[in-house]
Amino acid sequence: MTSTSIRRAIVPGIAALTLALSACGAANEDTGSTSVDGGGDLSGTLAGGGASTQQAAMGAWAVGFQGINPDVTVEYDPIGSGGGRENFISGAFPFAGSDAYLTDDEGELSDATERCGGEAPIQVPSYISPIAVAYNLPGVDELRLSPQALAGIMAGKITTWDDEAIAEDNPDADLPSERINTVHRSDESGTTENFTDYLTTVAPDAWDAGVVETWPTEYGGEGAKGTSGVVQTVENSEFSIGYADASQTAELGQALIGVGDDFVEPSAEAAAKILEASPEAESASDTAVIYDLDFATEEAGTYPIVLTSYLMACQSYDDAADGELVKAFVEYVISDEGQDQAAAEAGSAPLSDSIQEQSLSIIENIG
Amino acid sequence: MAMTTEPRSDRDVTAIDQSTGRVGDVVFAGLARSSGLLIMLALAGVAVFLVVQGSGALGNTGDAVYGKDSIWGYVWPLLFGTLLASVIAMIIAAPLAIGVALIISHYAPRPVAKTLGWLIDLLAAIPSVVYGLWGINFLALNLVPAYDWLQRNAGWIPFFEGPVPNSGRTMLTAGIVLAVMALPIITAICREVFAQTPKMHQEAALALGATRWEMIRMTVFPYARSGMISAVLLGLGRALGETMAVALVLAPSLLVSFNLITAEQSSSTIAANIALNFGNASGAKIDTLIFTGLVLFIITFAVNFLGRAIAVRGVAKG
Repeated sequence: MTSTSIRRAIVPGIAALTLALSACGAANEDTGSTSVDGGGDLSGTLAGGGASTQQAAMGAWAVGFQGINPDVTVEYDPIGSGGGRENFISGAFPFAGSDAYLTDDEGELSDATERCGGEAPIQVPSYISPIAVAYNLPGVDELRLSPQALAGIMAGKITTWDDEAIAEDNPDADLPSERINTVHRSDESGTTENFTDYLTTVAPDAWDAGVVETWPTEYGGEGAKGTSGVVQTVENSEFSIGYADASQTAELGQALIGVGDDFVEPSAEAAAKILEASPEAESASDTAVIYDLDFATEEAGTYPIVLTSYLMACQSYDDAADGELVKAFVEYVISDEGQDQAAAEAGSAPLSDSIQEQSLSIIENIG
Repeated sequence: MAMTTEPRSDRDVTAIDQSTGRVGDVVFAGLARSSGLLIMLALAGVAVFLVVQGSGALGNTGDAVYGKDSIWGYVWPLLFGTLLASVIAMIIAAPLAIGVALIISHYAPRPVAKTLGWLIDLLAAIPSVVYGLWGINFLALNLVPAYDWLQRNAGWIPFFEGPVPNSGRTMLTAGIVLAVMALPIITAICREVFAQTPKMHQEAALALGATRWEMIRMTVFPYARSGMISAVLLGLGRALGETMAVALVLAPSLLVSFNLITAEQSSSTIAANIALNFGNASGAKIDTLIFTGLVLFIITFAVNFLGRAIAVRGVAKG
């Protein structure tokens, strides 16, 4: 009786022990091969996280970076911009991704400076992507929306598809007299923030809820979880319209948005132009390449509804190895190779040369 | 005891004492006691965490409570939505589960009952995110015609005012998904309790000329009453706390709304709201979300206490 129960305990015990030992062995091999392998001289695990907007691109960057440095593991936890900033400030993440740059509105910039040993944190744009206005309207292949019409639809003031405000820009389209079902993010999100920022700038009369991260209840519409939720809901229900990262909406109709006298498609090139047309943010500094996007731009061929996401890091780290890893990784992300990879895998818009140079010169000083 | 015929059994008793020994008793009692204690500790730990982290949100206003005037203005619509979704789920699941349990314990022939029981148990093994995806991509879309019909014919009732979304993602859909998720728990417990009804009672009822339904009403239900309430409460607990499926299926807004078949004006639930917003929350907003968790914790507790009280009263009467 007693002996069997002991035996029962021993078997899983040994199994666990074996696992633990083999794990140790694997770890040893990793560190051992660093000195032998000549591919990259870096090793270790770099675990950051933050904005889920960068998740797809981050996957591509991790693969590309590990291709150069086979002994490095890059992990990115897409917990959201707020979570990313929080964990960066607490020191849990050596680097973080965030759709919003650090400000002192809630003391985050000061906290981050303190976390970085009193030095201003580094913030560089890593991911620029157009936000598409996707629609599901059978029989309508091209939909042109002026900023006023878009804001009216989103605010629930234009309620049917054959409304005059939509029809006047689409004389050739056969617009149904159906109710417009607007779809928005039900979670707090940087996409919503950028989108409402655009609406507030271009059509403050129609869109009077201001810049928000959570969709205002009084404007109605159907909420859906995450980018995938919005895309899926628009896909599933006819006569819907919603906004989502353009890389995810290729299957759906994408509205052309009015810029000046022109209507522009959400392409990567058209989106990349906006940073050049925008002024730097107030808190931009020697270490922070951050912009307040000029959504009201009338520059031809610029797609105005754009999401920018930043990477944040410290100028120096207590653990020099951490610093080296972060430096190498962020450098890779900003490089031509990294930006091209993100464009290919995640549909983002590559950084312009001047911004890229400026960012690289800042990253050089990490360590 | 002290009879001369019993020396052997006396020796047996001592033999038992020596073989499994007091050690086994002591160890087992210790294990059982520490398990009980551990549960208390875990519960207390959760409660302390929620109170410590959440109480900081009591004074939150404005941005920290997502633009509401006070924390209560934020919690109330969520609490309302949570209760509404759970009540819908229980209205659907409780009768259904009791019916299924009766079929299994009293009506169906053994092999059929066994298979049915097994199938119901299988429902419990499906992850909630899968329920959510099924809810969005299958159930919700297929319910749209029914909702349209409801809106046309019963639109004058505030519940069915509409407008019906073409995606079918409504409070009623969420309630139905929750009902399906709570079904296996309720069924499993009811089935066990029904099967425990003393055979004698049942046979006596039948012998007095009761039909099968009368027999069930007179013997099974009174006997199983407190068990049925416990079962429904456990199901309710699941419905109250369900997160992922609701977050996916529901199109939530922060308001109090009885409209069950719309996506535009539909209340949200606490658990789903935390799941939706926690990822992007920072600072005071995290406290706010944890506070809503505390409210859910208290409500779940209260509902359980209430249920137990009802169950106990039922037993005392019977």
